[in-house]
Amino acid sequence: MKEKILNAIAKNSKISKEDLAIMLGYDEIRIEQEIKEMEEEGIICGYPTLINWDNVNCEKVTALIEVKVTPQRGQGFEKIAERIYKFDEVETVYLMSGGFDLTVMIVGKNMQEISNFVWNKLAPLESVTSTATYFVLKKYKEHGLALVNGVSEDERMLITP
Amino acid sequence: MRNPLSKTIEEIKPSGIRKFFDIVSEMKDAISLGVGEPDFDTPWHIREEGIYSLEKGRTFYTSNAGLKELKIEICRYLKRRFDLEYNYEDETLVTVGGSEAIDAAMRVMIDPGDEVLIPEPCYVSYLPCVQLAYGVPVGIPLQEKNQFKLTKQEVLDNITEKTKILVLPFPNNPTGAVMTKEDLQEIAEVCVEKDIFVLSDEIYAELTYGQRHTSIASLPGMRERTIVINGFSKSYAMTGWRLGYATGPSEIIKQMIKVHQFAIMCAPTTSQYAAIEALRNGDADVERMSTAYDQRRRFLVESFKRMGLECFEPFGAFYVFPSIQKFGMSSEEFATRLLQEQKVAVVPGTAFGDSGEGFLRISYAYSIDNLKIALVRIEEFIKTLEK
Ligand SMILES: Cc1ncc(COP(=O)(O)O)c(C=O)c1O
Repeated sequence: MKEKILNAIAKNSKISKEDLAIMLGYDEIRIEQEIKEMEEEGIICGYPTLINWDNVNCEKVTALIEVKVTPQRGQGFEKIAERIYKFDEVETVYLMSGGFDLTVMIVGKNMQEISNFVWNKLAPLESVTSTATYFVLKKYKEHGLALVNGVSEDERMLITP
Repeated sequence: MRNPLSKTIEEIKPSGIRKFFDIVSEMKDAISLGVGEPDFDTPWHIREEGIYSLEKGRTFYTSNAGLKELKIEICRYLKRRFDLEYNYEDETLVTVGGSEAIDAAMRVMIDPGDEVLIPEPCYVSYLPCVQLAYGVPVGIPLQEKNQFKLTKQEVLDNITEKTKILVLPFPNNPTGAVMTKEDLQEIAEVCVEKDIFVLSDEIYAELTYGQRHTSIASLPGMRERTIVINGFSKSYAMTGWRLGYATGPSEIIKQMIKVHQFAIMCAPTTSQYAAIEALRNGDADVERMSTAYDQRRRFLVESFKRMGLECFEPFGAFYVFPSIQKFGMSSEEFATRLLQEQKVAVVPGTAFGDSGEGFLRISYAYSIDNLKIALVRIEEFIKTLEK
């Protein structure tokens, strides 16, 4: 049941509990309980909105930074990851396998702001040994949804057998 | 000048759907719950395979019965999903949609005057295809009280010396009715006893809710007397690719290949390549889409209940078939007024046979958001009727 609820709200967190109850065939009170439980258990961690900032008249720059670090004795990567993700500008932090250790995505007003962050905050951290910064030019798809303009039209004929 | 037309074609009535389509297309900004095809686009990996086949220059005819790889995948699929065993060599024919398969099957099995039992309401093409093959269609009006299932008694009541074929259209368009294994067993017994062949249109087989589809061909004694029709249109959202298939005893399929070979040559090559991908890697897509249909189905049934529109719970396809008998008007009148007054297009039950009178076919091949808008309008309309 949890999985069914999650699958339904993953693509549309705005869906009402009432609709969810009808669509999944459970009663509303149970749905509400399950969702509350999952919020408490840290399964559902938030309900952000997917925004295509390119279509908003306000400047925003996203950068992806590959970070190499030396893990600290006894703490592995946890400590350094935490020190990085606590910055407000940081949107995303992943621990990676392969050629580098952490992927850090950050959002700023402009390139200047992002390079300031890298030079003044990220690179100087003791265990960070190197960074490589890539600026995002355009976003096509996020969270499984294409960031396209407008709603696509229903091109089917109105009546078919 | 002589009449250029044959008596046969002049006897065939134009489709009732067509008439309603003409009215609807005059109507600007109508919203429609009238389509018989998925709202999903064909899954990308399947489309991609079609594109790739074009890039590779696979733009030639295939062999008449279809690509060998595709026929092999079809047989594997039928075994995997419905426990049906066919060999790809002479028991499988790839066609231009289920539509062509229905036509070809009628043509190779009917002699002039043979009777074909057609449970109604049903999809629009069985009856004219029987007529075009010089057969005699015999409608069996299905009952709402039986949830629009076909019963053994109804078959027995309509059998004559001349009865040769029974069309078995389940999961059903337009009612959404399904037949369980037990229901089918009763029908199968009659068919074996009375030596009747079955044309089982299983195009909606993947779209059943809360139960798996059973094919009558998997029941004892039925494989040798059943042609199974299926296709890619509904299960993989591939209506425009025009691809379907028929499987059955080689004695019949071989002759259908003959009709197909002369009338069609072969099914579209690009579509055949895409279909191989669908069968190999499309199970998750089918699951995803049928889950979405199921949610919408619950949503519609629940909403109709709330607004006092009587409706038996359908367990297949993507239609609900509510009754409008209590409003004291014909299906066509109801549908026309709903369109004019609230700009919602639905299909009158009578488009699928006279026994559809008193019902509407409402499709849920639409997003929940679209359904909601339409439901508000339908409720509004019903309120004006109840005043
Ligand atoms: C019951 C039924 N059978 C067959 C068909 C034909 O489908 P296709 O020719 O696209 O395979 C349809 C299409 O609406 C249908 O509803």
